[in-house]
Amino acid sequence: MITREGMVEKRGVGHWFTHLGLIIGLLFIFFPIWLAFVASTVSQPEIVRPPMPLLPGDQFFENYRKALVSGVNAPVAWMMLNSLIMALGITIGKIVISLLSAFAIVYFKFPGRRLFFWLIFLTLMLPVEVRIVPTYEVVANFGMLNSYSGLIFPLIASATATFLFRQFFMTVPDELAEAARVDGARPMRFFWDILLPMSRTNIAALFVILFIYGWNQYLWPLLITTDPSMNTIVMGIKQMFPSGDDIADWPVIMATSILAMIPPVIVVISMQKLFIRGLVDSEK
Amino acid sequence: MFETPDLECRDISKSFDDFKAVKDVSFAVPPGTFFSILGPSGCGKTTLLRMIAGFQKPSSGDLLIKGRSVLDVPPNKRQVSMVFQHLALFPMMNIGANVGFGLRQRGVNRADIKRQVERVLDRVGLTGVADRPVDSLSGGQKQRVAIARCMVLEPDVLLLDEPLGALDLKLREHMKIELKQLQAEFNTTFVYITHDQSEALVMSDQIAVMNRGVFEQVGTAKELYYEPSTAFVAGFVGEANKFRARVQSLDAGVQMVTDQGQVLHGTAAGKALAKGDAVDVFVRPEAVRLSRDTALNGNAGQGRVENILFNGANSQLILRDQTTGAQMNVALPQTGEFRDLSVGDTVHFGWEPAQTRVYAGD
Ligand SMILES: Nc1ncnc2c1ncn2[C@@H]1O[C@H](COP(=O)(O)OP(=O)(O)O)[C@@H](O)[C@H]1O
Ligand SMILES: [Mg+2]
Repeated sequence: MITREGMVEKRGVGHWFTHLGLIIGLLFIFFPIWLAFVASTVSQPEIVRPPMPLLPGDQFFENYRKALVSGVNAPVAWMMLNSLIMALGITIGKIVISLLSAFAIVYFKFPGRRLFFWLIFLTLMLPVEVRIVPTYEVVANFGMLNSYSGLIFPLIASATATFLFRQFFMTVPDELAEAARVDGARPMRFFWDILLPMSRTNIAALFVILFIYGWNQYLWPLLITTDPSMNTIVMGIKQMFPSGDDIADWPVIMATSILAMIPPVIVVISMQKLFIRGLVDSEK
Repeated sequence: MFETPDLECRDISKSFDDFKAVKDVSFAVPPGTFFSILGPSGCGKTTLLRMIAGFQKPSSGDLLIKGRSVLDVPPNKRQVSMVFQHLALFPMMNIGANVGFGLRQRGVNRADIKRQVERVLDRVGLTGVADRPVDSLSGGQKQRVAIARCMVLEPDVLLLDEPLGALDLKLREHMKIELKQLQAEFNTTFVYITHDQSEALVMSDQIAVMNRGVFEQVGTAKELYYEPSTAFVAGFVGEANKFRARVQSLDAGVQMVTDQGQVLHGTAAGKALAKGDAVDVFVRPEAVRLSRDTALNGNAGQGRVENILFNGANSQLILRDQTTGAQMNVALPQTGEFRDLSVGDTVHFGWEPAQTRVYAGD
């Protein structure tokens, strides 16, 4: 019996260590965020005077109001709307296009099917950063600088998502497609009524990943939006940093950073259930 | 009286590259028949069925449904419906939506769909489940939903590709009877594929035994069982003891000598035989009589009990012939007379020449 007690005790200790480890890890990650939050609730002089405050001050509403309404270059509310439109545009665009192209590649026989698949696959090796100069050229020639379409379209083509849906569609039994066909369903009907509902967990998982991808875009918006009213929030934060001798308005910058984190967090939390199911099992 | 068959195949063949999966198959299925295609796996059953459904094009031959050639008709325009091996129920739709799917594609209005779906679910004995998800049903119930989904479209022919294959043994036994009852209830022609002879024997009006892409024999269960016309059918349908032998004389039946040296008398079946031919000889286990102490007439011998496979009414003895060393499976008579037989005992056994079927061997 001694051994068993020993084991129980050991497991208890192990339990504690696990938790301790997790808590320390959490603190490491959380601390900077906490500092940013604190900094967004105090006044400018309080920040620059050492030591840095560790508890929230009383300027919360003032700082956030200032950030949302006026910001530094452009109101943060406006930049967030830009970011939201871009992120949703990229997410939805990518999902729709990759669903359709995966559907075509898996369910239709057409000349050059394999060629198209490999062409799509090839784009995996060409992320935006690699093809940024020619892409800029094209977007500029189409007159899409400083526009939502310019922000969204070059980022839509997605080999990863196409590949993921292709893999999923190939696990869907052929019998389903044939059953739909004997019952007289046209291909798009099969896509809408059967394939799409079956893909919903995959779509949710991709939605979360792509939304964050779109929201966090930095280089591309920096390049093509010169008009402050088209700035997105992630690049906007950088723009707020003072150049030269200007004084940084740290509380407003920090409030902006905190605000910038909110939409991705909302997306993750609201889709958590479907998202995790999509990652864990490819339910039939 | 001559009725137009619901389904007729004329010399249907299908080749994949240089491999012929189905070779010149011809048959006709009269209306309301439960027609089974029985054969070992890989013999071309699914290929044949997929050609009937329209998913594959025959390499040659013609296919008629209700007397009209359907070679150029796409699957959804043929008056056939198909129950798939894994049922292929649409997972994200409820039962009602599954059953009504085909009707929706035909543009039937909502109220009619609802009524027809309820009626067909009633007929398969699943009243009031239309709003439930597919996964809430048991295996047997899903089977019935799959059949309802087909029958609601009122097809001329229902194709079933080993639909019981995925079920466990007990349920399979039960579904055999149920399927037969459903077929009688709908009075629709069923073309049923299976590699399980007992499924085919129990349910079918007509059975085609298929082997390597050809139909070996088409007939009722009784005909196949008692009068198999080829060695393959004799070996595949039901159980049989098989010997290889050589014909000695053909006066008064076939007289032959087995590879083990025993002289047997039998009845020629299938192709004509000549003296000296190699033959395959089949004897059913239940055709063999046993006796404790008197030698029997006809083809006979004496053997040692090697094993007793007790299985209630289907018990069998495995005997080893003492002179030839040949193995013989014998059905244990149900009279109780041989109940106390045990391994190592010696018994006489024998069977009639009429029950000894002889086929030209290769
Ligand atoms: N699309 C195909 N291409 C090549 N060979 C095939 C194809 N479909 C089936 N076959 C071959 O045809 C034979 C018969 O297959 P199938 O009809 O599925 O047999 P069964 O249903 O009786 O088990 C098999 O040897 C199989 O390998
Ligand atoms: Mg098969």
